[in-house]
Amino acid sequence: MTTVSDPPKASFQLSQLIYDTRYRSYTFQFIALMLLVSLMAYLGANLVHNLAEQGQNIAFGFLAEPAGYDINQRPIEYDSQSSHMRASVVGVLNTLIVAFLGCITATLLGVTAGILRLSPNWLVRKLMAVYVEAFRNVPVLIWILIIFTIMTAMLPAPSAFRGEDPSSSMLFGSFAFTNRGVYTPAPIMGPGSLVVVLTFIASIFGVFYYRRYATNLLFDTGKLIPTGWPSLVILFVPTILIYFILGRPIGLDYPALAGFNFQGGIHIRGSLIALWFALAIYTGAFIAENVRAGIQAVSKGQTEAAASLGMRPRRIMNLVILPQALRVIIPPLISQYLNLTKNSSLAIAVGYMDVTGTLGGITLNQTGRAIECVLMLMLFYLTISLAISAVMNVYNNAIKLKER
Amino acid sequence: MKKTVFLGALTVAGVAAGASAAATLDDVKARGKLNCGVTTGLVGFAAPDANGVWEGFDVAVCRAVAAAVLSDANAVEFVPTTGKTRFTALASGEIDMLARNTTWTFSRDTDLKFDFIGVNYYDGQGFMVPKALGVSSAKELDGATVCIQTGTTTELNLADFFRKNNISYEPVPVETNAEGQQQYLAGACDTYTTDASGLASTRAAFENPTEHVILPEIISKEPLGPLVRHGDNEWGDIVRWTLNALISAEELGVTSANVEELASGATDSPEVNRLLGTEGNLGEMIGLDATWAKRALAAVGNYGEVFEKNIGEKTPIGLARGLNAQWTDGGILYSPPFR
Amino acid sequence: MVQEHFAFVRSTMLPEAPPPAAERGVVKWLRENLFSSAANTLLTVVSLYVVLQIASSAAPWFLNGVWDSPSLTACRDILDGKMGGCFAVLSERWNQLLFGFKYPSELYWRPGLAFVLLFIAGAPLLFYKIFPSKMLIFTGLYPFIAYWLIWGGSVLVPVFALLGVLLGAFVYKRTVGASAGMAVIAGFVAALIFWMLSGFITGPMENVLAIEPVPSRDMGGFMINLMLGVVCVSLSVPFGIALALGRQSSMPIIKWICVVFIEFIRGVPLITLLFVANVVLAYFLPPGTSFDLILRVIIMITMFASAYIAEVIRGGLAALPRGQYEAADSLGLDYAQAMQLIILPQALKISIPGIVNVAVGLFKDTTLVSVISMFDIVGMIRGPILASSEWNGVYWELFGFAALLFFITCYGISQYSQWLERQLQTDHR
Repeated sequence: MTTVSDPPKASFQLSQLIYDTRYRSYTFQFIALMLLVSLMAYLGANLVHNLAEQGQNIAFGFLAEPAGYDINQRPIEYDSQSSHMRASVVGVLNTLIVAFLGCITATLLGVTAGILRLSPNWLVRKLMAVYVEAFRNVPVLIWILIIFTIMTAMLPAPSAFRGEDPSSSMLFGSFAFTNRGVYTPAPIMGPGSLVVVLTFIASIFGVFYYRRYATNLLFDTGKLIPTGWPSLVILFVPTILIYFILGRPIGLDYPALAGFNFQGGIHIRGSLIALWFALAIYTGAFIAENVRAGIQAVSKGQTEAAASLGMRPRRIMNLVILPQALRVIIPPLISQYLNLTKNSSLAIAVGYMDVTGTLGGITLNQTGRAIECVLMLMLFYLTISLAISAVMNVYNNAIKLKER
Repeated sequence: MKKTVFLGALTVAGVAAGASAAATLDDVKARGKLNCGVTTGLVGFAAPDANGVWEGFDVAVCRAVAAAVLSDANAVEFVPTTGKTRFTALASGEIDMLARNTTWTFSRDTDLKFDFIGVNYYDGQGFMVPKALGVSSAKELDGATVCIQTGTTTELNLADFFRKNNISYEPVPVETNAEGQQQYLAGACDTYTTDASGLASTRAAFENPTEHVILPEIISKEPLGPLVRHGDNEWGDIVRWTLNALISAEELGVTSANVEELASGATDSPEVNRLLGTEGNLGEMIGLDATWAKRALAAVGNYGEVFEKNIGEKTPIGLARGLNAQWTDGGILYSPPFR
Repeated sequence: MVQEHFAFVRSTMLPEAPPPAAERGVVKWLRENLFSSAANTLLTVVSLYVVLQIASSAAPWFLNGVWDSPSLTACRDILDGKMGGCFAVLSERWNQLLFGFKYPSELYWRPGLAFVLLFIAGAPLLFYKIFPSKMLIFTGLYPFIAYWLIWGGSVLVPVFALLGVLLGAFVYKRTVGASAGMAVIAGFVAALIFWMLSGFITGPMENVLAIEPVPSRDMGGFMINLMLGVVCVSLSVPFGIALALGRQSSMPIIKWICVVFIEFIRGVPLITLLFVANVVLAYFLPPGTSFDLILRVIIMITMFASAYIAEVIRGGLAALPRGQYEAADSLGLDYAQAMQLIILPQALKISIPGIVNVAVGLFKDTTLVSVISMFDIVGMIRGPILASSEWNGVYWELFGFAALLFFITCYGISQYSQWLERQLQTDHR
């Protein structure tokens, strides 16, 4: 049976663009697109007009010209005759250095504080709560400035180490804490040092291999072999043996006061320390909350079930609680890493030469190329963010697969 | 005053865009205020006093221009700028002129499209060290830690100087003079370098100025002067000749004390008459009235008075005239004639 | 018979004995909470030592504090080698720390009043169960009152701004029947036209009922932080809702515009956006327009906050059960009605704690404006105060004061957020 008469063939009318839900979305999208395009065109036209009026243009040629300024912390070869591009790369590396150090320290602090917040000890619990609340509720810029002030205004100047009866002295004769930073001994790589380093790296792999072997043995035969102290043995004994057999190829270069400053050793500048610790402590407070929430998210029944199976508390933590808690902890942890990296742009407040200080600071000032510099700066941070987001998505998918 | 904050922001596209950037003079007159870029605070050159009133050597130039154009030396909006923001503030039209110890260089004049309208202070870059350090020459600074304001020519000069003398140093970049001062006083750097006048001004603010010395080496030429946007020559002329009027007035003996008297009638000196508008029509040529220079001089005094009042030897800053004396007194201050 | 062998049979109940001394009161609490095991005892001792160290070094600093002295040198003379804080810097410069160094001191009552009114305006929003919803009218009026109090000038400016908003709302109501999207646009256009036209009225009549105007350049101190925080958060909530809905939208172009905007903003640090406000934005505006810096900063921070709030609200939208959307559809509600009546009220309620967290983060981030030479509280400390010859070298008192102000505000807000979370939880179960 067919219907008596077909519905009238809908002829398209203009009013349908507004009233017909089938077409209305096209209208909206068209309007939105037009608005966007006209906004862009408006801004672009203004830009072109303003630039033309000032006789400027947008060009990136300035990046190849000599920068003309010096940078104190140089992970790669750089002097004032190097190009602006190279100065930017130095800045990028410095950003990555402080972000890397900060993330590791923040994780250590955060995990410790997070676990201690759940400690049965009332005093410790309260102390950790004070730490978390104090740092979460005060701007990170203020923390950076406070730690920087401690570094520059409270520590002694190198000149205090000078003279017959100096008012300050080096810790263990090898660490100097001055208001220009901390000087530590640096390793001197003698001949044969490569062997030592390689042995150490091999030992690390050895530890992993041994642990996997122990796990497999446990699963296959149920035999439990100790992993704690053998790991330490594997990690250190071969390296130490090789080190002495080869006649101690790695020496230490101790910092010593010479001229205005300490010379030799590794110089960790006050600006780096301020930024590193402030970011780590600040982000650590957030991570502590994530860790606490993650552990609390595992229901109590899991602990009780594991306990009723006769597992010991440490094993319950390692085998039952943590694997489940990590799934909750890691995604916000990664976004905290991202925040830390973005917050490292506050380096400019303490004169640490990260990419905001070189490309977005001195290069921008000296060349006056504001648009180009800010654009490149944004692109850099955007790349980092997207890369970290991509890693996070991969991780999220990975743990999703294991779910049954 | 236009309420640009809320309604202005919303109506901006339609209404306020009418003003063209080409005629700064008209803008300033319409606004009734001169927007003048200064430092964020350098005692003697430009700093707010306890009541928030800006005063100083650079500030006087702004006030003179405001007096000449708007007949009111207080009709100035002082916009504090850092090394980073000063040029964009000027280029974008946020400020009408920049009077912020800015060094006249080739690339700033040409590549950045600004016009330096003259020099109000001939300076050079120096070093300040604590006396206790026992340093008597900048060449002994091998290995020293140097505090340096970023975004300035001093930063580039510093790199050149140490490179030329083949000695090493450790730069500690700071954003403002205040930060540089704090770091230097805390001993986080051995020496602080900036324009010699800036060093004197900074040192004057110390608790014990005598414990610090400024080293004899001057490692660069730093002609500091006000600047305006390139392309608006009428406005540039006004600022240029206001500055020249201050300099000429000192040479001609016109002071804030006697300017009223000299302007009340024609004097023996034709150039004084032309300057003060009792003869000729110089004011008209730059788009102002005849007594523009008289107002500027009455408001701030001549160059010598401004110098003595703000940074001269009787002030805590204690700068000698040196190069900044009139050419008749052995300096190089030399204003073109008012004719 | 057997019973005879018992020597003693208790015939009365024993009264309840108190628990042993080790199992009650303070001792029990101490044993359980501080000394339950050897490791715990060690932790307790270490923590106690840390606490005592901090307390013993901080106490004299507070107790010997000097509250009245003209400069640091004078303060150190008064202390005479004892350890103590020079809080005199706070009592002398409190006004600069709170209001900046140029806000006219006889007008301090105006921002102060605006601050007090903020609580009255915020109360019905934050505690919607306690306060009558009529108070929301005052909340709606508050932005205009606060603007007038802080910036001053003619009362006509905020009045006409308010009228524009009302007109826009009226037009929206009248046209919403046809199509909600169109109504939004129509309302906005109507308001815009009204504002443009009213510019001609307020311009010449700028002295009508005028109180002394204060340019935004003269504002500073903690006031700027509060202003930026409050203004940007309240502006960014509607933008955030729009962006979140856009991101959920089935229309690909709109969806992608929102996604790109959100991801871009979230991917760059706030400080680069402030650089844009400071040095780049002027290039993109028509020549001759000069926004003051504070307005440019408000624009950028609002964009920044909107992107984060959009993500929070998206989370709220996603958390709603699918059935809610389907139920709305089955009632025959169109998109606008469904959103307005069913989806958004629930989604926003779930999102409030998240929004509050963003707000706290944003409020802390307002200190970054000191990097672009604005004199907020951090800028005031690092610039005019530490550079002055009187107070050069006073660090802890100043930074401590700033940290304390932020701590009080942020801790208060986050406590509120946790309270609200608990409220919302009980609502759902």
